[in-house]
Parts: sequence; C-alpha cells; structure tokens
Amino acid sequence: MEETLKIIVLVKHVPDAQFDRHLTGAGNTTDRSESILSELDEYALEAALQLIEARGGEAAGNRVIALSMGPAGAVNAVKKSLQIGASEGVHLSDDALAGSDAAATSLALAAAIRHLGADTPADLILTGMASTDGETSLVPAQLAERLDLPQVTFASSLELDGATLTARRDGDAHADTVEATLPALVSVTDQINDPRYPNFKGIMAAKKKTITTLSLADIGVDPAHVGRSGSWTAVESAEARPARTAGTIITDEGDAGIKLVEFLAAQKLL
Amino acid sequence: MAKVLVFIDNPGQALKKASLELLTIARYLGEPAVALIGELHDDVAATLGAYGAQMLYRPSAADLDDYLVGPKASYLAAAVHAADATVVLTENSAEAREIAARLGIKLGAGVITDVVAVDADGTAHKSVLAGSYITTAKATTPVAVLTVKANSITPEPAVTGTAPATVTVEVPETAPAASARITARNEKAASGRPELTEARIVVAGGRGVDGNFGPVEDLADALGAAIGASRAATDAGWIGHDAQIGQTGKTVSPQLYISAGISGAIQQKAGMQTATVIVAVNKDAESPIFEIADFGIVGDLFTVLPQATEEIKKRRG
Ligand SMILES: Cc1cc2nc3c(=O)[nH]c(=O)nc-3n(C[C@H](O)[C@H](O)[C@H](O)COP(=O)(O)OP(=O)(O)OC[C@H]3O[C@@H](n4cnc5c(N)ncnc54)[C@H](O)[C@@H]3O)c2cc1C
Repeated sequence: MEETLKIIVLVKHVPDAQFDRHLTGAGNTTDRSESILSELDEYALEAALQLIEARGGEAAGNRVIALSMGPAGAVNAVKKSLQIGASEGVHLSDDALAGSDAAATSLALAAAIRHLGADTPADLILTGMASTDGETSLVPAQLAERLDLPQVTFASSLELDGATLTARRDGDAHADTVEATLPALVSVTDQINDPRYPNFKGIMAAKKKTITTLSLADIGVDPAHVGRSGSWTAVESAEARPARTAGTIITDEGDAGIKLVEFLAAQKLL
Repeated sequence: MAKVLVFIDNPGQALKKASLELLTIARYLGEPAVALIGELHDDVAATLGAYGAQMLYRPSAADLDDYLVGPKASYLAAAVHAADATVVLTENSAEAREIAARLGIKLGAGVITDVVAVDADGTAHKSVLAGSYITTAKATTPVAVLTVKANSITPEPAVTGTAPATVTVEVPETAPAASARITARNEKAASGRPELTEARIVVAGGRGVDGNFGPVEDLADALGAAIGASRAATDAGWIGHDAQIGQTGKTVSPQLYISAGISGAIQQKAGMQTATVIVAVNKDAESPIFEIADFGIVGDLFTVLPQATEEIKKRRG
C-alpha cells in the first residue's frame, strides 16, 4: 500500500478585488468587510486535491486540511475550502493576531502547523503564490525557513513520486525543474491547474465536516510575538492615491494612429 | 555611519540599471558594501568601485545556484554579519524577495517589499492594494531588509570612486540540506528589447491581437519599448508567460503604457495602473480600460497600431 498523504493548505480570507479596497484604523490594516477566499489559494487547494485523488483520496486515508488565520469572518474561507473538497478545516483566530506583518504571520502559522502535526507531521504545506491583498509573497518562504523545510515556490507544475516532489518554476531568464523530498513547502502559481468550483454535493458534504478553532494559547504562541506589537515592520502612514480618471476618448475615423502619435509628441513621449 | 549591504545575484558581464539604483540608494543611506553571487567580471568590479562600494563579499561555495533560495539566504545572512550592516537592499524580483523573506527570519529583521523610495532615516515608501494607496513603512528591528523596485531613482556614480577589497564569506555547510535542488535549467532567448519591469515604455497586447503580436511588436520597436501581455494572451500561448502583466504577472510603472486589445479586467489593471500615461486601443467603447486611459481610441488595433508605427517612422525620417 502507498503511504498516505497529509497536506495542509493555507487559505486566506481577503477583500474582494472587484470592489474598492481600503486601509483603516491606526495600523492602516486592510478593511475585510467584503472578503472572499483568496482566488490564488484555490489553485493550491486544487493541487492538493489532485495529489490525494491520485492516491485514492480520503477513502485511502489521505487528508487535506484547510488552515486559515484571521478574524471571525475568516472562517468563511475555511468553509469554502471544505465545499471545494478539503477534508477538514482549522481556523486560527485570536484578537492578538490583528495587524500581524509577514514575520508575525509566519510565526503563528508555523506554530499552528507544528500543532497540527503533533501526531503525524504534515507531508506537504501548500499555499498560493501570494495573497491577493498583501501581495508580498513573503509568508511561504518565511514559513519554510521557520519550519526548516525545503521550499518549492511559484510552482507551475507539480508531481509527486513516492516522497520525491518535482516542480517547474518559470523565471524571467530561465525555467527551472526543481526537486525536493517530502516534507516540503510548496507555493503554486495560477498556471498550475484550473480550480474546481464547489458543487451541490460538495456544499452538502461540507456541512458534516469539522472546523477546529485554535487560539494562540492552543498553539503555544506568546501574544506579544504577534500582532502589531510583535511585528518587525510598522506602517506609519497611508494615503489613498487619487483614482485615475478617463482622459480623451476618440473613435477611429481612419486617422487615429496619427492622432495617437500627435498625443505622444505633445506629451514628449516620442 | 550605517553600513548598507547591497545584494547582487549573478551580475553577469555588466551591472543592470536596477543594481546601479540600489548602489545609489545605499550611498544615500550610509556606507555601501556589496554581497555578490556568481562570477565577478573586471568591468563589474570597476563599476561597483565607481558607485562607491567599500567592500565586496563573495561566498565560499560555488554551488549556490544549484538550490532554490535557502542557501543563498544563509550566505547573505553571513555576509550581513561580516559587513555589520543595518540595512540590506535587494532588487524586487520574485527570487530576491524570497531570499529577503528567509534572511528576515534568520536575522530577526523586518522585510519591506515593493519599495519605490527610501528616506535617509530608513522610512520606505511603497504602493499597496494594486497601487490604490501609497504607504510609508519602517522596520522596527535593528536590521532592515528592503526590496526595491526598478526605476526608483536615477543611478549616479560616486563623486570619488573606490577600489573595494574582496572578502570571502563562509557559507554554512548545513545550508543545502533542507533545500530544493534545481535539476534542470532552460535558459530563455533574450529578445533584445528592454526588460519589462525596467522599461520606460511598454506596449501590451491582449486577446484582441488574436494570435498575431506583429503590430504590437512593430510599435514597440519603433518606440524602443518592452512588450507586455494580458493573461488571456499568455494563456493562449501567443507569447511567453514572462510577458504577463497584472496581479499574477509583473507590475510595471512605465512612463507610457499602451494597451491594445485588452479589456482592462481588475487583475490586469493591478499590474499597470501606476503608469504615468496610459493609452488604450480597443474596439469596444464599453471596455473598462477606457475608465483609466489618458488617451483612448475606440478602434481596430490592426489598423491603428500600424498607422501609428508608420507615422513615428516618418517623423523620425
Ligand atoms: C486569480 C486571477 C489572476 C489573474 N491575473 C491576471 C494577470 O496577472 N494579468 C491579466 O492580464 N489577467 C489576469 N487575470 C485574468 C483577467 O481577469 C482577464 O481575464 C484578462 O486580463 C483578460 O484578458 P484580455 O483583456 O486580453 O481579454 P478580454 O477580456 O477577452 O478582452 C479582449 C479585448 O480585446 C478587444 N478586441 C478584440 N479584438 C480587437 C481588435 N481587433 N482591436 C482592438 N480591440 C480588440 C475586445 O473588445 C476586448 O475588450 C487573472 C484572473 C484571475 C481569476
């Protein structure tokens, strides 16, 4: 029999980019009132599901755990992950976490991952390539550093053969094939697959799945090491950029190319 | 005076403009030193001196490129200690940001990405939420790690150049153990056009080019521009993924961005709306790209672009 897989997928509840997004409060943190499961995490979830399905799925003892850190509303990202197909959900939630930067976030997530691995350590930690709000891409690499795991970031393909993971990583100057041995941390790009949508069956099944809520005390993290005060960076000011407004719009009457060049010349852009 | 360490990963035969920008910022913040990976060509060494580098650090190991990020971060941490640096500057590429990320954990240092300007006291300016906010941020730790976007400053050589001494930094032997190994590398052909994130002008094509980037390329070449694309165009395989601009592609802030046959979805705008001037060519007057274009043309890109290219050539004689 093949070994079973335990995969933890990190899922984040982020403001929906289709609406105007705002920074609020003293710490200039992101307003999360209209939030969704970060689209980029759906690719990580899909990758996890494909990996376990190739090994007989949940029936064969494989598990995909969706883990989200965030305020009360973040449980929605976990619920959506369960509807898509994750086996169980974990919500790390604590008031002291508010305003955590990447370093503090990776500290808390690393502790949560260790906690969830107390019995059987996870074979794979999967994440999206970036959150669609912070967009720093720092957390996956910082988690790998904290957990002392090989990192395979920005994977645009992923294969698992026994305990050997092979991925493709598309850079500017070159495309690389990367190999690592499990356990490992992998972040995937939006090139890797086409995420599935939750279907009716999935939505019904999700209702029976467990969501565990964890506090900082549960995972043994000192509240002083996270949140705004435990962060290593501080946002000092934030200014909304004036929204761009439409300029001159013309309809081509056969000479628009020439008008374009005249515009560029007037702007001293030629 | 603060010691500022600039990290340059494989400079090759000549330093990129982005590296010269980092050295210029470093001089402004304190006393610059450079941590380098890869071969050090004479020209590069001379330029580093001309830009005021006081010291050059090189790794004891020659195989750092064989691994993904981890060992490079270990080397850089050792170089920071050797240089006694309080500020580390790197470029803002995906790989440099990841090295910065791991370095931050190793040093207990705050990391700030996407920096566009740095004040003398270390306050970093960056734009967030797809360019809709400008923020200032500061590391609250003894060491700060900043990844700086290209085109943040005009590079200037130092008034008095230096002849920096070279020091070898020991890379911890344990570094490669927990790292992913690069087992194959496919170099991509250089286009001869400017690098996308550094370019002053970008001409981008979307689904509207319908498989034919010719008119986009011709206009780009007439303007000395880089070529960009929407995800629809890269997904269709009409152009390489490295040309993709947007949320999951590159962010560009050129002086001029010409968008052709791109509708202007939010994920596309996320990568280009900080351009100084935006020009859009699109058949559909209702396309959202027109909401942010300084000059919009409702028309067919297959007639508008070639006409503009001809006109530019004519004016240049
Ligand atoms: C998680 C996620 C991440 C994404 N990341 C990115 C990203 O990084 N970058 C990105 O670009 N997209 C991204 N997208 C996709 C994005 O939502 C849009 O689907 C994409 O940008 C559309 O590309 P397009 O404008 O080229 O195509 P379309 O939306 O199909 O628009 C084509 C346009 O071309 C015009 N046109 C057609 N023919 C002509 C002609 N002959 N002359 C002039 N105009 C013509 C049409 O009027 C139309 O407006 C992402 C989506 C998701 C879900």
